[in-house]
Amino acid sequence: MSGHASNEIANVGWDGKGSPFSVGYGKLMMWFFLVSDALTFGGFLVAYGFIRYSFDGAWPIGEETFDALPFLHGSYPLAYVALMTFILIISSVTMVLAVEAGHRMDRKGVTKWMLATVLGGLVFVGSQAWEWSHFIHGTKFGKVELSDGSIATAKGEFGKIQSFEVVTAGAHTNVGDIITDENISSEEGDLMHAFQHAAAKRHLSGSAGALMITLHDGTVAKVNKDADTGLELIVKQAGNDHAVSSAADESTRISEEEGAVALYYEALAKGNVVYGANLQENEYGPQSYGHFFFFVTGFHGFHVTIGIILNIIIFLNVLKGTYHRRGHYEMVEKGGLYWHFVDLVWVFVFTFFYLI
Amino acid sequence: MDQRDDIIEYSLYNHHSEEEGKKLRKKIWKVTLILSVVTAVEVLLGALIKQGSDMWLTVKVLFIVLTLLKAGYIVLTFMHLGDEKKVLKWIILIPYLIFMVYLIFIGLTEGAAVGAKM
Repeated sequence: MSGHASNEIANVGWDGKGSPFSVGYGKLMMWFFLVSDALTFGGFLVAYGFIRYSFDGAWPIGEETFDALPFLHGSYPLAYVALMTFILIISSVTMVLAVEAGHRMDRKGVTKWMLATVLGGLVFVGSQAWEWSHFIHGTKFGKVELSDGSIATAKGEFGKIQSFEVVTAGAHTNVGDIITDENISSEEGDLMHAFQHAAAKRHLSGSAGALMITLHDGTVAKVNKDADTGLELIVKQAGNDHAVSSAADESTRISEEEGAVALYYEALAKGNVVYGANLQENEYGPQSYGHFFFFVTGFHGFHVTIGIILNIIIFLNVLKGTYHRRGHYEMVEKGGLYWHFVDLVWVFVFTFFYLI
Repeated sequence: MDQRDDIIEYSLYNHHSEEEGKKLRKKIWKVTLILSVVTAVEVLLGALIKQGSDMWLTVKVLFIVLTLLKAGYIVLTFMHLGDEKKVLKWIILIPYLIFMVYLIFIGLTEGAAVGAKM
């Protein structure tokens, strides 16, 4: 094959005139692929909209569900996802700067900006891993089903669990032993984990301030726990006595004065609690909410991961000088189109999963 | 340099000079600023205005408008579609938009109908 051959092909294809689109083959095909991929994501988001429109009840609220930050206590509504969005936007910017440098055949510039793009992508995927982990493990309170059949999530500061005081000896304990985070068995993990596990398995009994826990080895112990502060129950599904709380009016929540503490621990002692999220149930809302959250953000995260791999390959080729020898950096542009698309999808996921 | 047969001239059309690059970079940073500010505004509105309040419907519509604005900047500037040939731009956008508008309409209408039945 020589340069002559491709001219012949071009002549056959377009009768000696230019392509109507005046872009390279690879770039055009990337665009067609992105249209089909955009239809896939569009389909997912419309399906999510369908489920939400058809759902009769309180849908999880973004700023209530996503209000945690790593290493910090307290409520920071949407701060973390805003940070993730910002990271992805910045990484899109470094990508477009790499493309621009490529158009000037500035190899150094392309190298620098491609590296920044790869790093930005890795930070984003890392952030998403933390977010998923947080979503799966859930809050300290979880979601409870109250005695009247209503379902509620809780807000407030969970009082620290200090220790378990053994009342009935188990296989590894004696009466009077004090179990703390330091000497708890590895099977139980830590006090908080043991507490949540026991609650979900109906191994907790008693009422607020006087809870008894049964551990794996048969030990029965008194739970020494600080009191919760500012506990409020947000009713998500109405029961016989409680109506659904309005997101706009905090006075519709069940406050401490209205007996939130007693109601909450009554539910806990009955085992009517869900912590975190999995594919069967989740503490945030209906089952389909969890499904869509995992599927759509997961599919997007998968796209980001693929994008990072493509960007690394392109980066290595830039280092080797492959594109410089080729005389153009169109491959950076093609990778860039995909990368921007990933950012584009996130803009929509951000709006429909977190804001609205 | 060897003549290579995989060089399609279109790939070279996109080369630009130092001055053009400068202008382009200015545009890129401008769009970056717009995208960041719009995101900040969205987050602020999301944190301040509660769902179910009187303002909520307005805010919801505003969220969607701002999202489409961001999407427009990403597609037309970052993905460069705004500066491609018109025929390419519209052959990408028109079929997609027609189909999505239809799908959104049918999905949400049916969703609401199913919800009303239950």
